[in-house]
Amino acid sequence: MNPVNYLYLAALLFTIGATGVLVRRNAIVLFMCVELMLNASNLALVTFSRLHGNLDGQIIAFFTMVVAAAEVVVGLAIIVSVFRTRHSASVDDSNLMKL
Amino acid sequence: MMELATPLTGAASTGEAVQFWVLAVVSVSGALGMVLCRKAVHSALCLAATMLALAVCYMAEGAVFLGVVQIVVYTGAIMMLFLFVVMLVGVTAEDEAKEPLKGQRIAAVLGGLGFGVLLIAGLANAKLRTFTGLSAANAGGNVQGLARLIFTQYVWAFEVTGALLITAAIGAMVLTHREHTEERQSQRELAEQRVRLGTQITPLPAPGVYARHNAVDIPGLLPDGTVAELSVNPTLRARGQMRDVSGDMLRRQDELESGSADWLGRKAPRPRTSTELIPQPVPQPVPAHQPEQAPSAPEEESE
Repeated sequence: MNPVNYLYLAALLFTIGATGVLVRRNAIVLFMCVELMLNASNLALVTFSRLHGNLDGQIIAFFTMVVAAAEVVVGLAIIVSVFRTRHSASVDDSNLMKL
Repeated sequence: MMELATPLTGAASTGEAVQFWVLAVVSVSGALGMVLCRKAVHSALCLAATMLALAVCYMAEGAVFLGVVQIVVYTGAIMMLFLFVVMLVGVTAEDEAKEPLKGQRIAAVLGGLGFGVLLIAGLANAKLRTFTGLSAANAGGNVQGLARLIFTQYVWAFEVTGALLITAAIGAMVLTHREHTEERQSQRELAEQRVRLGTQITPLPAPGVYARHNAVDIPGLLPDGTVAELSVNPTLRARGQMRDVSGDMLRRQDELESGSADWLGRKAPRPRTSTELIPQPVPQPVPAHQPEQAPSAPEEESE
């Protein structure tokens, strides 16, 4: 089997995540879709590391994981504080700036 | 035609191929389940399955450390955080069926399909057939190799991510922290308030029926056999997850009686209907001290 199949899998997962971000309304599920996209890009980076035979791709994937953890912490805190004021986790209800 | 002739170097073994196809099916179906499930909890579980499958993929590709980190950080920490927030925000918070933008979902799916086709066509066009493999890079150990790179070439990025993590932790604390705008009520004040309002002075009744059921979703029974609604948590009541077992004893007695009637060859008694099984509330007598509240009204008017 050609290891490029891992890249096809990564592309497929990224596409599913991107479509999910556009389709869903629940802010928590949106975050999960973003996580899926980050994971797919990590898989691509690991495969690139195998393609080139050095570990730099894995280092970048590692940093992506760290940034994803930080992003999730802040994002979920924002969701919780929005839920406290608006009593909804839907992204359509956060429209205070709209006339 | 020339490209097809180039030999494939660094091809995966048959075992890895089998593993890949199994994991690919698991991860893609997990991802689809995450997008399609209506409840956020189901989405979170589907995503956890996808992440575990990806962790095994990393390990198969020679990134052992990243595979372990994926399991510990993603499925361990991040997914638990997601589940905590789902519990805080409410499990039953579902997507609204109506679309604020007309045709947005169809357009999104079409756009996603086009994007995926472009990505995969681009990859297929690249014709990657020489995979160097990580056996040379991992010769001194995967973790040692990564550590050497992180603490030499990427040490600056490593320190910046440390600062980022601290900032994120402080940001989360600032965002979720709430200042008390008024002083917290003491126990005495709360008790006096309860007596003043007079709605429910005693503690709420406990859920469960003694000796048979003690689950929190089963309401306690009043002396006349009716259900004490107050004994069940208001969240469970709102979701309609209250389990009423008040008719169970009579139903079981009916079963026993019909069984013994069969055994003795007697005529079976008529089984109770559903309205007879559930005890109807006895009309409450009007409290005798009702007129005492009446004189308080003119006092308020005089103020």
